[in-house]
Amino acid sequence: MVRLQDIRKINDYEWEIPATYREDMRASVRLFVTRRLLEASLEDLSLEQAINATTLPGVVDPVVVMPDMHQGYGFPIGGVAATRVSDGVVSPGAIGYDINCGVRLLASQIPYEQAEPHLDDLATALNRYCPSGVGTEGEYRLSHEELDQVCRLGARWALKRGLASEEDLRRTEEGGCLEGADPAKVSHKAKERGRTQLGTLGAGNHFLEVDIIEQVFDPEAAQAMGLHEGNLALLIHCGSRGFGHQICTDYVQDLQSAVKKYGIRLPDRELVCAPIDSPEGRDYLAAMRAAANYAFCNRQLLAHAARRAFEEVFAGKVRNWHLHQVYDIAHNMGKIETHLVNGKPLKVCVHRKGATRAFGPGFAELPEEYRPLGQPVLVPGSMGTASWVLIGTETSMQRSWGSTCHGAGRVLSRHKAKKEIRGERLRDELERRGIHVRAGSMSGLAEEAPQAYKDVDEVVETVAGAGIARKVARLRPVAVIKG
Amino acid sequence: MNEIPSSGFEEIRHTADWALRVWASDLPTLFTQAAQGMYRLEGVEIASTPRVERQITIKGEDAESLLVAFLNELLYLQETEQLAFDTFQCAITNHSLEIKAQGGPIRHLNKAIKAVTFHNLSIRTTPQGLETTLTFDV
Repeated sequence: MVRLQDIRKINDYEWEIPATYREDMRASVRLFVTRRLLEASLEDLSLEQAINATTLPGVVDPVVVMPDMHQGYGFPIGGVAATRVSDGVVSPGAIGYDINCGVRLLASQIPYEQAEPHLDDLATALNRYCPSGVGTEGEYRLSHEELDQVCRLGARWALKRGLASEEDLRRTEEGGCLEGADPAKVSHKAKERGRTQLGTLGAGNHFLEVDIIEQVFDPEAAQAMGLHEGNLALLIHCGSRGFGHQICTDYVQDLQSAVKKYGIRLPDRELVCAPIDSPEGRDYLAAMRAAANYAFCNRQLLAHAARRAFEEVFAGKVRNWHLHQVYDIAHNMGKIETHLVNGKPLKVCVHRKGATRAFGPGFAELPEEYRPLGQPVLVPGSMGTASWVLIGTETSMQRSWGSTCHGAGRVLSRHKAKKEIRGERLRDELERRGIHVRAGSMSGLAEEAPQAYKDVDEVVETVAGAGIARKVARLRPVAVIKG
Repeated sequence: MNEIPSSGFEEIRHTADWALRVWASDLPTLFTQAAQGMYRLEGVEIASTPRVERQITIKGEDAESLLVAFLNELLYLQETEQLAFDTFQCAITNHSLEIKAQGGPIRHLNKAIKAVTFHNLSIRTTPQGLETTLTFDV
């Protein structure tokens, strides 16, 4: 087990486990944490898992972990690892089962005071328009041909059907469509799971959240994003549903033989991988991109459904009920990117699992209005606390592979949360605080209680203190819809 | 003093996901216990009628691969056909698994598992038989 004395302090927000800590490490681990968060992370296996990630062939120094890190399986949640495209590997387990799990933020011009009397109706309407819960099926039942189109087109599939705007796509990471997706590399089983689940929220920690924009920290960035204090906004947190889960399952299973074929030795079988430049690696990346595009389309369809709910509730009651897209980001993804390493550009596959891309100002892919500022970063908190809008920085490009945190990060196991917290009592408590709750199950609600998570404000203060993101606005939830 | 049963399962601590320790005297019983433990974590209840049967054939690198593939196959049937199983007849060799599974439609499910992982997975020999720890992504 790693001990505090094994970890070198660089400054108040940055620590390091040197590559000499264990014989099989190929890189150091850089931690963006305060001392308090670091001590908390020693309670579970997240640091062991980060050390294991440094053994991936072709990994480039350092492997990074964020303040919201916690123990996952194979690779820690909140981890970032970059591997050389030339001779490195891609690891499905280091991206996760919910491929392109991510967050979309929509904002409105509706003042909270005008919305307040209608929030309960809004929660009901959102719950009706956005199907949620275990294995839920949505209104889109796709043929195999249509599903293949979703895999190739991503959110553009929705645009073709009038369910998205050009602005929605422009304000989505990668324009809502990753190049190089190949549905032929996706199994029949994955397609069977994916055909009926498009446009659904699912269960677990996925949710819709109506927020009030409580405080703006960066007026210039907030203005560009259309975020104004006191107005309503909507967060959507979900991913590629059973489609992505099955793709990851299939490739983690198939690559068990690839590691033997390529003579790769790993400390944990969940880290199985294949060279990026190999048939197995290329197949996985093509399938992963198909799942990523499915997730972009899924969040787009949920945004469309949410707009219908807003119209139903607010038309005739407020002057402008339109929800405009602020941004859509992924926090479980593998991306081929070029980063400066020792002053020279290097093409790497950046594995982000529970970490958000946070590119700094000047990045060409960003919409024109965000390019001088940096990439928006969306950080959902736990129910009843806060969510954050941040922006990427030049420091994140230099220190963290252009990445930052993705959420609050769990501290309490689901089992313990269910034992200690009663769902009904939690719902009543949230309602008393003016947060309207719709939940598929009370035990599911209890598992996601705020007490089960770290303090999201502390996480955000840490990344801001480290300089790997800048604060734009703090959002306070007023309605939560959970599967 | 209560005697520890020769086969069984128990949930163990994990921060974000679910983990299950499973033990049995032999490999087929270990597979059966793992399936029953997984369904217990999910809060699956099976309707008494109609009874259904599925033949599951799996190939894999080793016993651990077969175990993960078997449980993932059950999750696939759970999601696509809303079926769960309570009776298993297993025939296992080094690289293949034949299972006759009997069960029925799912009457109730609390929370679905996304996937069964290989995280630190190893089927160990103990004085009582076999033991392993499974981690599930939820």
